[in-house]
Amino acid sequence: MSATSGVFRVVDRIRARLEGPNTIGNSRGFWLGFALVLAGAFAYPTFVSAYQAGNTALFLLYGLLALSLSVVWGYAGILSFGQVVFFGFAGYTFGIVSINLGSTLGVTLAIPVAVLIATVVAFLLGYFMFYGDVSGVFVAIITLVVTLVLQTFMAQTAGDAWTVGSVALGGFNGMPGIPNLAVGTEATSVTFRGGVFYWLVLSALVVSYLGLRVLVNGRFGYAMVGIREDEDRVEMLGYDIRRVKLAVFTLGGTMAGFSGVLYAAWGNYIDPSVYSLTFATMPVVWVTVGGRTSMLGAVLATVSIEWFRQQLSITGSEYAMVIVGLLLLGVVLLVPEGFVPFVHRKVTEFRSDPTEGIPDAPESPGEGAAE
Amino acid sequence: MSSNAPDPAGDPNIRETPAGKTTGPDTDTLLQTQGLVKEFGGLTAIDGVDFGVDEGELRCLIGPNGAGKSTLMKLITGRHDATDGRIFYDGADVTEMRSHERVRQGIGIKFQVPSVFEAMTAFENVRLPAQRVVDGDVRERVSDTLERVGLGGFDDVTASDLSHGQQQRLEIGMAAALEPDLLLLDEPVAGLSLEERGEIADLVQELNDDGITFVIIEHDIDFVERIADAVTVLHQGAVFREGSIEDIRADDEVRRIYLGGE
Repeated sequence: MSATSGVFRVVDRIRARLEGPNTIGNSRGFWLGFALVLAGAFAYPTFVSAYQAGNTALFLLYGLLALSLSVVWGYAGILSFGQVVFFGFAGYTFGIVSINLGSTLGVTLAIPVAVLIATVVAFLLGYFMFYGDVSGVFVAIITLVVTLVLQTFMAQTAGDAWTVGSVALGGFNGMPGIPNLAVGTEATSVTFRGGVFYWLVLSALVVSYLGLRVLVNGRFGYAMVGIREDEDRVEMLGYDIRRVKLAVFTLGGTMAGFSGVLYAAWGNYIDPSVYSLTFATMPVVWVTVGGRTSMLGAVLATVSIEWFRQQLSITGSEYAMVIVGLLLLGVVLLVPEGFVPFVHRKVTEFRSDPTEGIPDAPESPGEGAAE
Repeated sequence: MSSNAPDPAGDPNIRETPAGKTTGPDTDTLLQTQGLVKEFGGLTAIDGVDFGVDEGELRCLIGPNGAGKSTLMKLITGRHDATDGRIFYDGADVTEMRSHERVRQGIGIKFQVPSVFEAMTAFENVRLPAQRVVDGDVRERVSDTLERVGLGGFDDVTASDLSHGQQQRLEIGMAAALEPDLLLLDEPVAGLSLEERGEIADLVQELNDDGITFVIIEHDIDFVERIADAVTVLHQGAVFREGSIEDIRADDEVRRIYLGGE
């Protein structure tokens, strides 16, 4: 009996760290639903083909990219078109290092190296922006410009001059032959492909999501949300807002970088289209549709939109991007907060008596209700 | 230390500054500006201000619109960079420090327009400053602070649902939660009822009794009379008069430029 109560106490303590006003879903019901969906998601590869599982893994790794923007933009208010920069840098780095080293151990080593490179790039870009007092729309412009400059640069790397070790960057022909993700040595190793790759991506997504929930509901999260709401005000409470923004931006770079590694290993290939305007815009679309202030919304929207896009292109429709554009327009005009926060608000309103929408404030000592 | 301020006697708009005020930072002086100048393009908003506040003092800053009161406060908090002159706080030169560093030195501010985080609850609003200075559990500090500013029990109320007066008190609470040594309040009772003004006055006096030094910009002269130890009159970007409220009220020149000869 005491063992059960001990378990409950541990669960309560974990929940206390995961929950707070900065996240949607702070009830037993939410976690029950979350566990059910998660169980279904983990069981999914056993019901479908390895190809289908691998295909769905692509949507999930995009979900990780969306999460990286959700925390940077949705929570800290920094609109970045540059998540694909870190995604691409890590993808290319993973390819260059893993192909050059050409062994399982090499692939294993390439993972942290690629994520580290993406993190450093994010840190440097963030440093020059935030410590140069660049903010607001100019961050969006700079990150977009960096993305497009990289596309232009990578597009002209088709010649023999552009090889790193034995690997050609390849211009628009891209970089083929990137190995599957693997961890271990030649003797003992795990290679991630098909359903196993799917499980890896899903685990990374879940761990990132839960980790970010702890982050945004903690001290740092409050500082981030404060900066999103009014950064001057937060500075006057003694916070070094440049440091907070740099930290969030760098974290976003790390996450986008890991997502990029998964992407390069997933398709065994990467090319400059990861720096294209279309791809740079996609994370912004995913997060806008799902809801900036909801990490879960970002992931759900990513998976739905990408699945839908793929269905359209499989059936031969050329209108996939037009429809995605219309969806974005519709969301911005009709549910500007995004789907998940919208649904959450409606459900909350429906559940509570409308007259109790505003909690009854106790009388203040002086009761100076002038207005 | 000698002042590098432009000679006030050279400016026809400036009458003599009060006698007995030294301009160098000394032990009792918590805040001291020396020859502070702020120019916006061709406009000189602050024109060689030597402004000092002693520890524990409750000083009010008055003057007509455009006299430079808010600009002076923004210079002290680092929202604006000074064109010339120095700012000393607690003996240290803070002129080049960024805003958040000055806050960490002990300077708190409440802005003119209540700038609470409207989407957050009262509790979260106070949590943001409290968590920066309190290690471990901040709940006690937040609850104490809310209690203190008369918002006990309002923890879960969203700030946008609070009345204007309650928002003003919440913002004072946010600044007070940082345990500042100096608190700058820009028009804390603007737009409040007489009753609410009384509450703010009581609150300010309580905090002052606890050792917080205040500089308060306020147009409401009755409020100023009730709380101020001393008053500084700014006019056209310079210190026009400094002294007790009685002296200021009796001053014909001050009445002419500001008080309107009431």
